[in-house]
Amino acid sequence: MPEALKHFTDTYLMWNEGYLIWISDILIALTSIGIVATLTYFKKWKWLWKEWLTTVDHKKIGIMYMIAALLMMFRGGADAMLLRTQLASPNSKFLTPDHYDQIFTTHGTIMILFMAMPLIFAMFNIAVPLQIGARDVAFPYLNAVSFWLFFFGAMLFNISFVFGGSPDAGWVSYPPLTELGFDKGPGENFYLLSLQISGIGSIATGINFLATILKMRAPGMKLMKMPLFTWSVVAASIVIIFAFPALTIALALLMLDRIVGTHFFTMLHGGDPMMYVNLFWIWGHPEVYIVVLPAFGIFSEVVATFARKRIFGYNSMVASLLLISVISYFVWAHHFFTMGAGADVNTFFAVASMMVAIPTGVKVFNWLFTMYRGRISFELPMLWTLAFVPNFIIGGATGVMLAVAPADYQYHNSYFLIAHFHQVLIAGPVFGLLAGMYYWWPKMFGFKLDERIGRIAFWLFNIGFYVCFMPQYALGFKGMQRRMYTYPAGMGWHTLNLISTIGAYVMGLGFLFIVVQIVYSMKHGERDVTGDPWNGRTLEWSLPSPVPHYNFAVIPQVTDRDMWWLMKQEGRADELRKFDAAAIHDIHMPKNSGRPFLMGLAFFVAGFGFVFNWYVLAVIGLVGVALTMILRAFEWDDEYHIPAEEVLEAEAALGRV
Amino acid sequence: MAVARGNVLPREQVHEKPLEYQNPNQAVKILGFWIFLATDMLLFGCLFATYLVLRTHTDGGPTPHDIFDVPGFTIETFVLLTSSFTGGLATLAMRNGNKRQVIGWMIVTILLGLTFIGFEVSEFVSDAVQGATMQRSAFLSAFFTLVGTHGSHVSIGIVWMIATVIQLWRKGLNPVSARKVFVVNLYWHFLDVVWVFIFTIVYLSGVVM
Repeated sequence: MPEALKHFTDTYLMWNEGYLIWISDILIALTSIGIVATLTYFKKWKWLWKEWLTTVDHKKIGIMYMIAALLMMFRGGADAMLLRTQLASPNSKFLTPDHYDQIFTTHGTIMILFMAMPLIFAMFNIAVPLQIGARDVAFPYLNAVSFWLFFFGAMLFNISFVFGGSPDAGWVSYPPLTELGFDKGPGENFYLLSLQISGIGSIATGINFLATILKMRAPGMKLMKMPLFTWSVVAASIVIIFAFPALTIALALLMLDRIVGTHFFTMLHGGDPMMYVNLFWIWGHPEVYIVVLPAFGIFSEVVATFARKRIFGYNSMVASLLLISVISYFVWAHHFFTMGAGADVNTFFAVASMMVAIPTGVKVFNWLFTMYRGRISFELPMLWTLAFVPNFIIGGATGVMLAVAPADYQYHNSYFLIAHFHQVLIAGPVFGLLAGMYYWWPKMFGFKLDERIGRIAFWLFNIGFYVCFMPQYALGFKGMQRRMYTYPAGMGWHTLNLISTIGAYVMGLGFLFIVVQIVYSMKHGERDVTGDPWNGRTLEWSLPSPVPHYNFAVIPQVTDRDMWWLMKQEGRADELRKFDAAAIHDIHMPKNSGRPFLMGLAFFVAGFGFVFNWYVLAVIGLVGVALTMILRAFEWDDEYHIPAEEVLEAEAALGRV
Repeated sequence: MAVARGNVLPREQVHEKPLEYQNPNQAVKILGFWIFLATDMLLFGCLFATYLVLRTHTDGGPTPHDIFDVPGFTIETFVLLTSSFTGGLATLAMRNGNKRQVIGWMIVTILLGLTFIGFEVSEFVSDAVQGATMQRSAFLSAFFTLVGTHGSHVSIGIVWMIATVIQLWRKGLNPVSARKVFVVNLYWHFLDVVWVFIFTIVYLSGVVM
């Protein structure tokens, strides 16, 4: 028995792998105990289940997405700190090579798929139905399913670090490196299954929001009267719908290679590893635009609101969003210019890649023209928007440099590339989503985040950001390659690496200030009693903060793009704030359901079973998945009425009748 | 339901939406399902692309010419296309408001679907017995995955149709059950369209080239 126990602890708990694992184990145990103890002490289990785990309310789902995304940002950020610590000095032994590989893999995967994606979905959920005057999304139940698939996918991925081992082949996970012959460990299985599970949820979200925006808009809101954030969600949803199936296939085929023994991407028996690379980037490049387009939408909202001006060039903004989403499909091969596709192919993809700069430039100029002669107030959402502009311009320019195929033979896979994509992915999605978080925070929770701590966080994060990534452009030119575990002294890389690491720590400090800001503001943040703290322009600001669960007591009639602003200008604001009792009717709402949560759990069990080839467990999980789906098919009674009197009472309590 | 006299429909009927579209809640679900089908189409698109790339990668093993059985896949095609037709008859019966006919045609569709699956399984088994397994070469991996994915879609469709028939039986024709019948038939027709591509790109060009 002790022998079996030793085998278990060595293989699965990895107790001989050193202190990083032990620290993680202890932290996970303490956090879990803490959560369970707190919930039990305050008798909150029932509340958690009834109000959150079974909810189908898009606003609550949005909040859960946001909390999960911020936690994942912490995890991915902690990975980044570890990587930078290792690289701060030559010949460093801080991490073992194995752990280094695992950490850069999880850093990339988590930041793209478990941080950026849920953060954009948080913003979709929080803002879109309110902006278009809808009661909910088109498929509330499916929305909950999407969230729980993302959540359990992320959990499956995260658990790998302390149970069985993390993936270590990079976030792109190229075969043949990731074939069973070269990569026995469960890490790669964790990667494939967790991405597959959360990817299903992402496709469902894309479908859900496209249907919501096409069919659930308030009367009078023509497509060209939609707020720009909603437009950006249309563009991002279309890209999700057309790109994610390619990822599904790439992961599924690699999974088959590993579990069934097929030969899609192997070196022997006719497999073609390049096919994976193509499939992966047919999803992977559009993915970049999936996360950045909603950020562009947020900037458009924020600039108009804080410059107190109508957005400049609305039509060209919409056109450029859609153009970017189309061009995003014609650039994927620029991720492997050096793989021998030939000059003609490379030329096509080089030109297409450079073309993305044109609609993006249109957007940046439109934001600048909107600010021109505006009465700008420099509150947090606007600060992050302003910081985005120079960052993104540098990142975009280096992107065009990388798109020059012959030159790319020089920079390929160097730190120049690392600096470029961090600059665009942080300045775009991260700044954008932080701006969105600050912007809609009062709408979600009913209070503003503290301005002063927010400014400290802003400056730390921004300064740290430049200090961290500017040296990396130079390191790239000096020949330092990505994914290097360590480097010898005397290469001339030490000082720049040290500066970069210091920058990373300053960014980390900035993140901690955001956390402090949130905790501090819960108690001391300025309460939002008007529902319109920023003097906003779109419909969500006509609602009280936080928004009642049925959203609009009376669905508004829309005649203009900036409807709420127009009504305020014309002195008609009370039309959306003071209702006749006669105008309020019964409201249809979707019922809560525990099934989406259980379905996610079943997927988790199935995924876990497949990771370790424990097929009994896998089958149990799959049966659970099938069962939840069949039960859903037979469910007919999934809606209820809120009686008009109850709505009336709630609105009266808010002083809106 | 008013009956058409000659070629002219009564005026009120021209403007009346079909049952499944009458309730906006159901109509949006149908739109959502169309968008889902777009994602599924792309899924198959990627599998077709993979198949086309790997088609010639037989690694000295069986080639398309060796394993494709012309009578077999012709019968499969005939059965599946017929099932799509009977599925269409079910929708037509729904337009006429005849619940028993809808159920009848759906059961015929289910039986044809099962027949198709039976033929496919026997084809796969006989291939495997000859040593043409999905582990043999990249071509066979791609072939079994593409055709097998279609087959698993058909199997899910069968379970789904059975569930729909049971609900139709119990609840009768109303906007919700009509939407369910409509959507499952949409799915079924979609699988037919995919099969047409499999028939031409995989089987026909396989035996011709």
